Amino acid sequence: MQFNTTLLWLIPILPFAGFLLNGTLGRKLPRAAVTAIALLFTLAPAVIVAQLWMFMKSAGAPLSLSIASRPWIAVTGFQVNFAFAVDHLTLVMLGVVTGVGFLIHIYSAGYMAHEEGYWRFFAYLNLFMFFMLVLVLSSSFLLLFVGWEGVGLASYLLIGFYFTKDSAANAGKKAFIVNRIGDFGFLLAMFLIVAHFGSLNFADVFTKVSATPMTGGFLTAICLLLVLGATGKSAQIPLYIWLPDAMEGPTPVSALIHAATMVTAGIYMVARCHTLFDRSPYALGVVAIIGAATALMAATIGMVQHDIKRVLAYSTVSQLGYMFMACGVGAYSAGIFHLMTHAFFKALLFLAAGSVIHALSGEQDMRLMGGLRKRIPITFWTMTMGVFAIAGLPPLAAFFSKDEILYQTYLWDNPLAKLLWAVGMFTAFLTSFYMFRLWFKTFFGAPRFEEHGSSHAPDLHAAHGAAVHASKSSTLVLEAEPKPEYAGHVHGVHESPLVMTIPLILLAILSIVGGWVGVPLAFGGHNEFEHFLDPVFNPTTHIVEHVASRNAEPILAAASVLTALLGLYFAWLFYYKKPGTAAALSERIKPVYSLFSHKYWVDEIYGRFIVVPLFIISRYVLGGLVDTGIVQGSAAVATGTTRGAGSIVRRMQSGNIRSYAGWLAFGAAAVIAIVLFTH
Amino acid sequence: MVPIAYYLILAAILFCIGIAAFLIKRNVITIFMSIELMLNAVNLTFVAFAHMWHQVSGQIFVFFVMVVAAAEAAVGLAIIIALFRARQTLNVDNVNLMKN
Repeated sequence: MQFNTTLLWLIPILPFAGFLLNGTLGRKLPRAAVTAIALLFTLAPAVIVAQLWMFMKSAGAPLSLSIASRPWIAVTGFQVNFAFAVDHLTLVMLGVVTGVGFLIHIYSAGYMAHEEGYWRFFAYLNLFMFFMLVLVLSSSFLLLFVGWEGVGLASYLLIGFYFTKDSAANAGKKAFIVNRIGDFGFLLAMFLIVAHFGSLNFADVFTKVSATPMTGGFLTAICLLLVLGATGKSAQIPLYIWLPDAMEGPTPVSALIHAATMVTAGIYMVARCHTLFDRSPYALGVVAIIGAATALMAATIGMVQHDIKRVLAYSTVSQLGYMFMACGVGAYSAGIFHLMTHAFFKALLFLAAGSVIHALSGEQDMRLMGGLRKRIPITFWTMTMGVFAIAGLPPLAAFFSKDEILYQTYLWDNPLAKLLWAVGMFTAFLTSFYMFRLWFKTFFGAPRFEEHGSSHAPDLHAAHGAAVHASKSSTLVLEAEPKPEYAGHVHGVHESPLVMTIPLILLAILSIVGGWVGVPLAFGGHNEFEHFLDPVFNPTTHIVEHVASRNAEPILAAASVLTALLGLYFAWLFYYKKPGTAAALSERIKPVYSLFSHKYWVDEIYGRFIVVPLFIISRYVLGGLVDTGIVQGSAAVATGTTRGAGSIVRRMQSGNIRSYAGWLAFGAAAVIAIVLFTH
Repeated sequence: MVPIAYYLILAAILFCIGIAAFLIKRNVITIFMSIELMLNAVNLTFVAFAHMWHQVSGQIFVFFVMVVAAAEAAVGLAIIIALFRARQTLNVDNVNLMKN
């Protein structure tokens, strides 16, 4: 089987072309054309990736492909090319990004059908695809960083899609600024890498690291700075705070960017740099601890949220924590495995939640849902698959991937291993609990929503961002009146159109079978996924399955299934059997409950200790003293001096020719006098 | 033989009269004439020194000056005529369109 490597260029360039087309002409084009462009330019890369996948799977295929353009940056002793490389890790990411991305594009065509700025939405979405594909394809830190920043930009634009709404605009800014802190770490890491290795190409750097027996030292510094970058992008402690707010964006954006793809970039980056991390046990320990702590913390917050999307957002943070933990214990392939299954089931959950929100004309509060099981059956069944999958019930996707992570954590060669494993197990219980809580509150019990949609028209407007569009003269106009199409759209609870349910069904199928590629040996599988990634993470780096531990795996798996069922039981008890129990319990443990519901006051603490001082310094020291005082002051002094001198000297320039002649005569006389009387 | 100083004093007096006229008078033709006066004061010194040192180059310079002065007079008078046609005045203080 042959594969033309120049096609690799097309993978990111096609979505970029879609972005350019929709971004420049989209406003004038009919919606059907915008949709066609957006979908076509994301389908084509998916097809190329499928072809690439078949090629890489075929016998005799090389372990990696690479393709480079002419030099991008070339100075003495340092060179960076525009270069792409594909290995098995990239292949997994490409599959997730193009596959899930395309499904979400289809879904968006239905979900966004009634929105203003339709073309803008799809232009941004294609732009995101471009940068994400650059990120996973790049073969150097620098090009990865370009993609890294680019997805941040696309994320910012899409979170703030309803930019007349203050909360959305602020959420976009928050995401962008918090990510800057992470990027700062990434940049410093790159500087260190250049300083010590003289190159930014993955291959060069990793070869140099492998060639020498160095450990720790500056490698730890590089790794910790990379981890800082990853915590920003992948929403880990201490930089996770932007992700829940990012839910202000449209739901397909939450599914694509803030669940399936962009937020996994940090995990991808850690896995990509595993050669570095393997040499720094300390940095790996930090990764594992951050992951476990984030998983637990986000899960506890997720338990008490009322907004359906925020539950999913905290769930995403928590699941990303699992992936971090997996990388931290050296089980990179388990982390990437969970990344893939998570992309399936979390995209599904978000899209299904979007379908619920769509059905209720913009309602996101779970306290105002309930009893939707019969009303929107397709959404219900697909979401059920997602919930069962994330809860870790066999044989759905997350059962295999999460179990692999817990198992590998259990086997980690570190005194903390058992503790982290216990945290992971407890988080699994919480995960199961809050997901079934969401499930029961949304689909079971008595309906708590207003049946007649007309009263929801203002809600729809509020939630959907008050329908903003750029008018022809490029001034932004806030629509005062709901357009007739809105009024026509609002009509009670309804199942979503096919264009939305088909992606749901496909993702549900993926959520069921997605885990079967990684069935471990203990359950009669071959752990194909792990072996698929073996060329990337050479087998010595991950824990070898030894015979004694193989017996432990079924026991551990059984334990995790039990925790999942326990979560299901408690959720059933609290939110179905005796709906008042949860409220009563939360009253009884008020301090703990308010700790969770106020998100540990992290936003407040950051606000008080970082944002406010920064604001004061910016406003009064930098703004008042430096800018107004020194910069503007010195400018004022300079202009004042010039002006004052000018006002005196300009009297000589009277325009009267005879006065010039007089000055000339006077000057000549003066020169003669000086010459005569000084000699 | 007349001492050189006499010529120089005469030339200085002529030159000063020229400057004074240039600065004081408003009629453009008078100003023109005062310039000629200054040029001729200089010519006088040239000739005086040439005579004193028995050098011919000073006298040749005078011819150059006279040629240039003639050319200048031709151009200058043409300008004055054009100016008078346009403005009906020869007073330089009234010719101030370019001012400000």
